[in-house]
Amino acid sequence: MATIASLSVRGRRRRTGIYGRQGSAGWLFVAPVVLILGLFLLLPILMALFVSFTRWNGQGSPFTGSVPMAGTGNYTKLFGQDGLARLDFMTSIRNNLYYVVLVVPLQTVLALSLALVVNQRLLRGKSFFRTAFFFPSVTSSVAISVVFLFIFTNGGAVNALLAVFGIKGPQWFSDPRGIIHVVLANAGLTSPPAALTGNSALGLSYWEWLSGPSVAMCAIIALVVWTTSGTFMLMFLSALQNLSVELDEASLLDGATRWQRFRHVTLPQLKPTTFLVLTLGLIGTWQVFDQIYVMSQGNPAKTTLTPAFLSYRTAFKDFNYGSGAAISFVLFLIIVVMMLIQRWVMRDRDAPVPDGRRRFPFFGSASSVRAGGQS
Amino acid sequence: MTTLVDAPPAGRTPPVPPRPPAARPEGSPGGRLATRIGGYAVLAFFAVVFIYPFIIQLSSSFKTEADAAAHPLSPVPQVLDFTSVLRIFDGTSFLTWLGNSVLVTVIITIGRVFLDSLAGYALARLHFPGRAVLFGAILAMMSVPGVVLLIPKFLVLKQLGLYDSYAGLILPVLVDAAGVFIMKQSFESVPVQVEEAARIDGAGIFRTYWSVVLPMMRPALITLTILAFQNSWNEFPHTLVAVQSPSLFTLPRGLADLVSGSLGAGTQYPLKLGAALLATIPVAVLFFVFQRYFVRGANEGGSKG
Repeated sequence: MATIASLSVRGRRRRTGIYGRQGSAGWLFVAPVVLILGLFLLLPILMALFVSFTRWNGQGSPFTGSVPMAGTGNYTKLFGQDGLARLDFMTSIRNNLYYVVLVVPLQTVLALSLALVVNQRLLRGKSFFRTAFFFPSVTSSVAISVVFLFIFTNGGAVNALLAVFGIKGPQWFSDPRGIIHVVLANAGLTSPPAALTGNSALGLSYWEWLSGPSVAMCAIIALVVWTTSGTFMLMFLSALQNLSVELDEASLLDGATRWQRFRHVTLPQLKPTTFLVLTLGLIGTWQVFDQIYVMSQGNPAKTTLTPAFLSYRTAFKDFNYGSGAAISFVLFLIIVVMMLIQRWVMRDRDAPVPDGRRRFPFFGSASSVRAGGQS
Repeated sequence: MTTLVDAPPAGRTPPVPPRPPAARPEGSPGGRLATRIGGYAVLAFFAVVFIYPFIIQLSSSFKTEADAAAHPLSPVPQVLDFTSVLRIFDGTSFLTWLGNSVLVTVIITIGRVFLDSLAGYALARLHFPGRAVLFGAILAMMSVPGVVLLIPKFLVLKQLGLYDSYAGLILPVLVDAAGVFIMKQSFESVPVQVEEAARIDGAGIFRTYWSVVLPMMRPALITLTILAFQNSWNEFPHTLVAVQSPSLFTLPRGLADLVSGSLGAGTQYPLKLGAALLATIPVAVLFFVFQRYFVRGANEGGSKG
């Protein structure tokens, strides 16, 4: 018996090579992660993909023969057919586009400015300021949305502050006017040109496309910029602390002014971080959900509707799960495109590292944005 | 596009054209003082912008509703009023939400720290067939944005009969691909000789991992613990598609429910703000105690490159 046992051990060892029992141990170690991610991430995506081709209304199981199939109908309704589905979807795309166009530059510039000021060598109380700016991004998005809802009420802190300067603040969360429309109206354009209202693209008139974010959306934009800037400031700060001191001193000796040194010495060295922050912003801003849910539910007049919230509402409020799932997949595609842009922009930066490990922050980034306040 | 990444490494000639000294060189005492004062002014302004909303939140929780509406900017209540704070406890299900949040957060945090590090160790150190493919898959899963998973998660929870249960609230988020990635990277920074020595002394694979390598990973484990705690404490969208019974609500879900009008009459902002404040305290305390780990966690995505 003993010989047989030792023989079989030797036999197995020969098969698995020098790493012995590592093969089975390895799979045992990763099993829980594989099981949970497979069951609650991979499988559900496939299920939802199937559902996006059906007209399931939430009754019973979507995986029986009795569920009516929609083919590609749920997708074509979003782009091709005139109707409420396309109108809502395109409105949400417009809203989110304006949101991206404002949030991404604002949070990047604010984060960089804060980092530059905090990084000043002679500054006292550096850690206090860093803490103050970073703190909002670790708090719960729901809790902070409640605070901003209060601050932006009609008689709230923001309007009270504006009143101090003699400005009558708008009724933030019930004001659906686009700010471009508001500006044009103030400039005397009372009735929109027929060329813009008469023609339309994808179900929305040019005039509607060019509305700008609504006043309500601006309040949400303010909240998001306020919460996310802290995280991005930290990224800039850690990049600033790794800058070459020699370069700065050399330019100082050459007589460069403060602005020249910033523009021609510091900024070029910050390029990789700036692109990281910009692209993380592009990825994160398409995922805005919590704030919309708590603060506006897509109102007023659908001007804060975003694809993420529309997808949720279509499925769980209108019980049109097929259409809701289709919207999520289109949104998924948009975000994947943003990630590919990021990968493409960052490719040179990561190329020189030989072992290939450092290529991966591309993947790490999306989730760190979630950690940093978007979630 | 190559010009986009021309950040010069240290030692190369700086891209500064030689220019005559400026009118007010940086070194002059006057200029330096002005810069400092300007810097402090900017910082003070932004510090107010970033901190004042929390002060309003704190003070408004102790205001009467009329006071909160009439003096939205005032940092102190006219009369200290505890009605709203008390009503948080006897007028809402706050304690139920708190209990659920604590339960869910503790289990998820323990689960993530243990399971993520276990998988991270295997991916970093153990040689098993399919390792590279598996790691690639985990990276891909990391990049799947959470908001597009709402309907998918609902479908699978319904199908498995886990909808509207604690299991549904916990299981799908018990591990996270990002945590596995962080742990793998950290395990790779430990010299392999340590494990070889343990192996030679006769320690098994789990024992080597558990009592030799893991104790060396304290900073990474603390970072992971904090990220897991913060994420699960603040998690909102998942609870939205996993449960519907008010008895299973966590704090963010309960708060969102308060805002959407489950309170009945009036806006009741003092109550809502107070509840939101209480929900913020645990993460705030953790933040002030372990700030440098939060900073590390935030930079995890950025500084790795």
